Amino acid sequence: MTDVTVRPVVDGRLGTSALRPDGLAKTQGTFAFSGDLSADGMLWGATLRSPHPFARIRSIDLSGAWQIAGVAAVVTADDVPGKPTYGLISADQPVFARDVVRYAGEPVAAVAGDHPETCRRALAAIRVDYEVLTPLVDPELAIAGAEPIHPDGNILRHQRIVRGDQDLVGEVVVEGTYEIGMQDQAFLGLEAALAIPDPGGAGVELFVATQWLHEDLGQIAACLDLPADRVRLTLGGVGGAFGAREDISLQVHTCLLALRTGRPVRIAYSREESFYGHVHRHPARIWMRHHATRDGRLQRVEARFVLDGGAYASTSSAVLVNAITHAQGPYVCDSATVEGFATRTNNLPCGAMRGFGVVQACFAHEGQMDRLAEACGLDPVEIRLRNAMRTGDRLITGQVIADVAPVAECIRATAALPLPDEPVGGRDGDPLRLPGGAGLTADVGHIRRGIGWGVSIKNLMYSEGFDDFSTARCRLADGSVTLKFATAEVGQGFVTLAPQIARTVLGVERAVCEPIDTTIGSAGSTSASRQTWMSGGAVLGACRAVAEQVVAHAAQSWGVSTAEVELVDGVLTSPDGRQATVGELSAGRVFEATFEHHHPPTEDLDEDGQGNCHTAFAFVAHRAVVDVDVELGLVKVVQIATAQDVGRALNPLSVRGQIEGGIAQGVGLAVMEEIVQTDGRVRNASFTDYLLPTMLDMPEVVAELIEIPEPRSPLGAKGVGEPPCISSTPAVLAAIRDATGKDLRRVPVRPFDIAL
Amino acid sequence: MSVVVADSLEQALDALAAAPHATVLAGGTDVMVELNLGHRRTDAVVAVARVPELCSWTYDARRATVRLGAAVRYAEIHADPLAAWLPALAQAGRTVGSPQIRAAATVGGNLATSSPAGDGITVLAALDATVHLVSSAGRRDVPVGQFTVGPKRNVLAPGELIEAITVPVARGWQGFSKVGVRNAMVIATANACLAVDEPAGSVALALGSVGPVILRCPEAEAIAAAQCDVAARRASPATVAAFAEAAMAAARPIDDHRSTAAYRRHAVRVMAGRLLRRAMPHE
Repeated sequence: MTDVTVRPVVDGRLGTSALRPDGLAKTQGTFAFSGDLSADGMLWGATLRSPHPFARIRSIDLSGAWQIAGVAAVVTADDVPGKPTYGLISADQPVFARDVVRYAGEPVAAVAGDHPETCRRALAAIRVDYEVLTPLVDPELAIAGAEPIHPDGNILRHQRIVRGDQDLVGEVVVEGTYEIGMQDQAFLGLEAALAIPDPGGAGVELFVATQWLHEDLGQIAACLDLPADRVRLTLGGVGGAFGAREDISLQVHTCLLALRTGRPVRIAYSREESFYGHVHRHPARIWMRHHATRDGRLQRVEARFVLDGGAYASTSSAVLVNAITHAQGPYVCDSATVEGFATRTNNLPCGAMRGFGVVQACFAHEGQMDRLAEACGLDPVEIRLRNAMRTGDRLITGQVIADVAPVAECIRATAALPLPDEPVGGRDGDPLRLPGGAGLTADVGHIRRGIGWGVSIKNLMYSEGFDDFSTARCRLADGSVTLKFATAEVGQGFVTLAPQIARTVLGVERAVCEPIDTTIGSAGSTSASRQTWMSGGAVLGACRAVAEQVVAHAAQSWGVSTAEVELVDGVLTSPDGRQATVGELSAGRVFEATFEHHHPPTEDLDEDGQGNCHTAFAFVAHRAVVDVDVELGLVKVVQIATAQDVGRALNPLSVRGQIEGGIAQGVGLAVMEEIVQTDGRVRNASFTDYLLPTMLDMPEVVAELIEIPEPRSPLGAKGVGEPPCISSTPAVLAAIRDATGKDLRRVPVRPFDIAL
Repeated sequence: MSVVVADSLEQALDALAAAPHATVLAGGTDVMVELNLGHRRTDAVVAVARVPELCSWTYDARRATVRLGAAVRYAEIHADPLAAWLPALAQAGRTVGSPQIRAAATVGGNLATSSPAGDGITVLAALDATVHLVSSAGRRDVPVGQFTVGPKRNVLAPGELIEAITVPVARGWQGFSKVGVRNAMVIATANACLAVDEPAGSVALALGSVGPVILRCPEAEAIAAAQCDVAARRASPATVAAFAEAAMAAARPIDDHRSTAAYRRHAVRVMAGRLLRRAMPHE
């Protein structure tokens, strides 16, 4: 400790746009994604998948595969040593299909070999005798009582919400049916994993791109019949997730092949296989009837939701509850009758995707708000302001919104953002900027411009009694902080944020993250817009505990009480003016603390859908400007303006990245992104035909952050990942309706929906 | 597997003579996708991307033609000077894939793939281009309209290579249009090329992605020839409408996962009408 102290200059604290530690490597192409993993003596693995959406397996003949030189293992359901099924909420999905396949693409067997080509040949040599059955592909038939295609039945969940006056009829009543197609998360980093077996097969280590290491661990250990401490997971570099990495895909297969062969095994999916290998956004059909007073005050919502969960449960039951509990949108409404079904069919399994059920609900309720506005002779902005929810208002579940709820502020701030200052086609007359783009289909005279609105409410964190806590450890030594957590970094930027927290709390400059693995407690899933709140809370708690230790140490050395020592910006000061930096105090010493952050408990819904089932909420408004070639039905989204309730922008650059990325996904759903299935078969499992927005499809984004710190959040911040993709979709559709005058109620909107 | 990376046309032809069913690899933007997806198997590859004769082009001012070597890339075609002589092909080239794809993809490869949605082929068909084929046995010329015979099928014989394509330089307004669900980098739902031959007083129209092969529209062309004042670039609204209807009638589209036959017919009518109006801006 010295007498003279210079305040350390610490950059990269909370509130600054600290740069990603992995940003340069990702930009330069040197970042190791999960697909880049390899090990000495490694074998390759590959998966045999069902060509049929529904069939009985009469027999499987593996002898052909074994005859191929270089094949080291061939496994089927018979080889799964533990639990034969897995699943996030209910374990209804087989590791390998045994007697029956329930979707086209379901795993039937896996092989390990010395080369990917060996594996391809081995898969081709496996003879599966199928008795092909007629697939159940219509969710309404599943509800109507079609022959069960799974022992657990064809209804994954049925839930009602009944609240308030059930006989109320509004002065104004509008109704409509809305459809949402199946969207793919379409991350760029394909599924890939490397499993390394322990000697003697006593355990296994898995390097994998996932969203929740500990959940994977539990499911893998159960299927492999290994004690949980014999399975270790390390996060492989993740190239995007968006919900598609919440479920198990290749994890058990890779580990099983490694244990069977005693050698490291790597599995990496192709783009085509990826479409079959992970769950998708639920396609939905939603009927809604809204009741309002003549002056546009919402009184009652009636709705029926049908979400098709496909062949296996995944998170369908939670997605359904999210959808129906958000049926009113960010608007005050005292009466509701809502019925929701999540069905099992022989379509691709569906589960988590950014927005998690609320995307579907929002598309319907925002379509309804526009109809209501029209029926009441009100402007779309005015009707939304008139009904905007505030803190203290209730959901149709009876839950009180305890959060900061700046719905009206978001709408007003969005409305105040400038409209595009360029005319149709831009000032320079570049034809690439017209709908149709490079195809040169339109001239300026063919184009009509439209404006539309979307506003949304989204729950943050897990719901219905789930304790999705997060764990973090902070270690301070020699003035450097090392942070440890199992928070999956999937691109959202927690590896940027965590050191920002440590620098802010402890005033140190050097703060780094340790490898992300299962040698520490769970962090929960990187989903539900929850990691800034939950793992941010855990890192904050751990850093504060270390700060207390440092203060205690200083107090002891100075012979004063801890209450008398102040820690500000990394400098400790005693009442008599003695000072020392955190760096000096930690020289040659180690301070360490681990902290678990839990959010307040939530409740299950009762049979009338009442209960405090959600943890917290965030809000956002979107205004879309589109140019439409009405005759050809081609669309160019020109601009999205948005004001988002972020609590506090801990890293403004990251927040804007989330906003722009989420809007790209929302625009994609609005105008092009859909997995097309016919009779349970996917027609477009490639990026040639599953279209994502290009730079010519991505609008200009004008964003304003509404920063009202959330008192219930450890850092004052709300999750920002999901809201941008929720109401941007209905805003685009509303703008297309405005431009065309057509009553469009389906996304993605297809050219023929507009033109014919 | 044998791979021959040819440095000369002679070497390529020798290799093809030795292995007549070899896969010819130029830009690889179709072939490699098929190989990687397992849709195509091959045990012999003849790579022609480095053959100088195939990578060059010749402008013949006297004949007013451009002879494009088969391995000329779309990136080169959609830039000047080729774009000035072949504006519709340049426009079509700009719609092929992404910049990375266009830097590799070749006009000969586009033709050899013979997809009904091949964007360049629609233009070559409207312009009555001539395809020059070569093998160790000799050379032959085929009108582009006779080159493709069905979806992904053409008249290339084993051991034969596309050497070049001769395209007439624009003799009047010409343009290409393509409808897709995305504003760039998309396979055509339907495409069309219209080319005016001012000296001849005629209008050619070709359609892609609305039939098993690229289609010409003789009835629409006859309406335009009879009713348009080509020199004055004049067409009445009724002529434009009749031309568009006739174009639609020529289309033979199907329903598939990309669109419907009904929308494709509609798109053809709209594109044909708009192209003719661009060509004949005066009523």
